[in-house]
Amino acid sequence: MKTDNTKTSTDSAKAAAEKKKDEMILFLSSSEEKEHFLSKNNRKLLSDPFDDNNPITVQVLGICSALAITVQLRPALVMSIAVIAVVAFSNVIVSLIRNLIPNRIRIIVQLVVVASLVILVDQILKAYSYDVSKQLSVFVGLIITNCIVMGRLEAFALGNGVYKSFLDGIGNGAGYGFILIVVAFFRELLGSGKLFGYEVLGHKAPTLADSTGLYALGYENNGLMLLSPMALIIVGIIIWVQRSRNRKLIEE
Amino acid sequence: MEYLNLFVRSIFIENMIFAYFLGMCSYLAVSKTVNTAVGLGAAVIFVLTVTVPINFLLDQYLLSPGALQWLSPEYADVDLSFLSFIMFIAVIASMVQLVEMIVEKFAPALYGALGIFLPLIAVNCAILGGSLFMQQKNFGGIGEAVTYGFGSGIGWFLAIIAIAAIREKITYSNVPAPLKGLGITFIITGLMAIGFMSFMGIKL
Repeated sequence: MKTDNTKTSTDSAKAAAEKKKDEMILFLSSSEEKEHFLSKNNRKLLSDPFDDNNPITVQVLGICSALAITVQLRPALVMSIAVIAVVAFSNVIVSLIRNLIPNRIRIIVQLVVVASLVILVDQILKAYSYDVSKQLSVFVGLIITNCIVMGRLEAFALGNGVYKSFLDGIGNGAGYGFILIVVAFFRELLGSGKLFGYEVLGHKAPTLADSTGLYALGYENNGLMLLSPMALIIVGIIIWVQRSRNRKLIEE
Repeated sequence: MEYLNLFVRSIFIENMIFAYFLGMCSYLAVSKTVNTAVGLGAAVIFVLTVTVPINFLLDQYLLSPGALQWLSPEYADVDLSFLSFIMFIAVIASMVQLVEMIVEKFAPALYGALGIFLPLIAVNCAILGGSLFMQQKNFGGIGEAVTYGFGSGIGWFLAIIAIAAIREKITYSNVPAPLKGLGITFIITGLMAIGFMSFMGIKL
């Protein structure tokens, strides 16, 4: 009886939320400019990319440079921060000049904006964290053609105001970084038994007697996780988990 | 012989998709049928073969440290390599635009087939990736750059055709619903990448 009660109450809450959403859309279409600084809609721009509209698992953008750098958590984290910065600021810049760009050459203009931002990121990385920059090698440069950046510029920044574009950039960059970090977490943990370089599963010594932690019980690292194909398979599994939780994303 | 070695390496061992995951976005988006995959693959081969050598020349005579020496000895310590991203992407974008216009003018049938894919190619990571790897590899001459560009293009072409053929067949199989479409494509690509790893160590 009790479970029934809670169920109906959640149902009614859901219905209320749905209704609110509809009102929201109506409200939006009537007056777009008069919105609170962090209104529900703006928060949605930030939170949507984590689940319903994740750039990697749903929009299929930006896989290119995502997978090769997920062997360890550190480069993955640096890469996500770099992508968040580039997406957010390129969204802002393109949104600022969106009415000035002739349609025919807009891709080149966008590429130039993005490329200049990426050069900045690359130089900053080289100056302050040279070893990570060496590890990322060409993949920093490949942020330029990361489909997330171009995709969000085309799909969002060209048609929306500056502040919204900024939020959209942060949200999508973070959604991308989230997947990157999940993949890197599993690859580093299972592949080398470390997280951020710390040996969380114990120390592996050449002989069983000298080892500590799990390794003392005879645990072995799975070397396959370090190879590039496993990144793809892990993303496949993430998609599987996400879509079985959120069934409206299933493709026909 | 060296060219052949580089060619085979760039197709199989350093395959753009299976070893570096470059160009995955269009690889996943345009691999639903074999016909469109052939079109996009051909366009990628063409653009890679053209842009890698051009960017090689740019790198040799303009961007790498001391490259401006041919102008005058006093430029020996000028290092413009920080500009390489923007130069490479500008070359790629304008080449793609140029190719699009030439194809539209002289081969309207081909344009009809490739049309929508051509602009997409400017933002294909495999193209920029080809140029950036070329910069890292320090090729000795333009011949090697052409071979590398062409080989990488063929590698990408093979990969997209293979996945498109598999995806055409897999529509008839009973895949778990949440894995349908994108999920199973990722996993198949991973398995194919494991297969391609068996080419590692081949040397001609």
